[in-house]
Amino acid sequence: MIETQNSKYILETKDLGIYYGDFRAVTGVNIPIKRHMITAIIGPSGCGKSTLLRAFNRMNELFTGTSIEGEVRFEGENLYDPTVDPVEVRYRIGMVFQKPNPFPKSIYENIAWGARIHGFKGKMDDLVESCLRQSALWDEVKDKLKQSGLALSGGQQQRLCIARALAVQPEVVLMDEPASALDPIATLKIEELMQELKKNYTIVIVTHNMQQAARVSDSTAMMMLTNRETHTGTVIEFDDTKKIFTNPKDKRTEDYVTGRFG
Amino acid sequence: MLRKTFEHEIQQLRDDVLVLGSMVEQAILNSVEALKKRDIKASQKIFDGDKEINKKRFDIENQLMILIATQQPMAHDLRLLASCMEIISELERMGDYAKGIANINIRMGDAPLLKPLIDVPRMAQIGADMLHQALTAFVNEDVEAAKSIPVQDDEVDALYNQVYRELMTFVIQDPKTIERANWLLWVAHNLERVADRVTNICERTIFIATGEMTEIKSTDDEFWKNQQK
Repeated sequence: MIETQNSKYILETKDLGIYYGDFRAVTGVNIPIKRHMITAIIGPSGCGKSTLLRAFNRMNELFTGTSIEGEVRFEGENLYDPTVDPVEVRYRIGMVFQKPNPFPKSIYENIAWGARIHGFKGKMDDLVESCLRQSALWDEVKDKLKQSGLALSGGQQQRLCIARALAVQPEVVLMDEPASALDPIATLKIEELMQELKKNYTIVIVTHNMQQAARVSDSTAMMMLTNRETHTGTVIEFDDTKKIFTNPKDKRTEDYVTGRFG
Repeated sequence: MLRKTFEHEIQQLRDDVLVLGSMVEQAILNSVEALKKRDIKASQKIFDGDKEINKKRFDIENQLMILIATQQPMAHDLRLLASCMEIISELERMGDYAKGIANINIRMGDAPLLKPLIDVPRMAQIGADMLHQALTAFVNEDVEAAKSIPVQDDEVDALYNQVYRELMTFVIQDPKTIERANWLLWVAHNLERVADRVTNICERTIFIATGEMTEIKSTDDEFWKNQQK
């Protein structure tokens, strides 16, 4: 069990490299993730953004043959230490995916299920309401909690998935393109929601939408392939979001955020 | 190269800023020339022509708003567009100074100039040259030039100081000259302000190129200190 400490950063990578078999997908990543902040990971397709994101909760291990070098520190301790239980990691560091993927169960059960498995002992009704309120969905679904989660609109389903992630009381929520399958209004709702959530959680988001990264995040990591032949990606620049979008240091970041590369 | 259309529109924008700049440069030089020759007709033309300068400024402003709304500029592009908004506003105000000088010539009517104009046209020439150089530095994003152009402001300030003292001597010798001296002082003041606004344009050029907001030291404070002695 990793203790919640007062380490400077909630998550931090040290010379992180990620492999799929012999293929080195990501190399040399050193970035800090600040507590109660939103960190965006941007970059062209295929540069390893989602791979890096999944390394933050050991989700890559669900694919056979993946391995890492270096460290990912959570609360100052190496997440990949043999004594660390990956299941514990995944509920303390939750994840929301690109396509809304609610369970084919009722809205209520979508939230209650995970909590029950993790041994939640309190009042389930209160937990469900609290999670739905936090994900700004309560008012829209409070009268139909028994209905299937799949009957909701795309935007509502995605907020239900966020509520489901919150049900196990994580400390970090990882979001992999959470709004790319949604229309602009539903996207704005998710973005507003993120601003609320960061008061209680730390968020790391991968997005293809640079304007979205600029709107929602506090820090931005810019990723790019370091070697076109080997297709290995890395973080080429990490800074405050306002700096990345007004005056980046790296010419490649400049070209990417101004739309001259991609 | 991606974003060809945007690149083209940015080039068009730079060209339009240059056109506005040259309209203002001409207005400044012409306004002093008309005053020197006491050519009221020419001054009336400059006075009326200020409307064209204002219209050009609004056209560019509109173009900027459309680019910001439709292209979501970032980084260098964002700094360029935001700075152009400032630069066209500086240019428009410089146009107003030329209009002000034209207005003085019109209002002077038949009254002769208090003295032949020597230093005032020099101020206008230096100011117009500075403006020209500043716009060249803007287009080329030449940081070194943008830093060195404002140094010439000292020369304009020195001439202003000289004109001020000279006019005060007239006033002391003959208080009846107060009004005519005041007109010329007003002209010199407008020209001194032109050079100050050129400095502001240079600051924007440095910002566009480097992302750093730097204030180039103003010599105005020293001028006023000297007046108190």
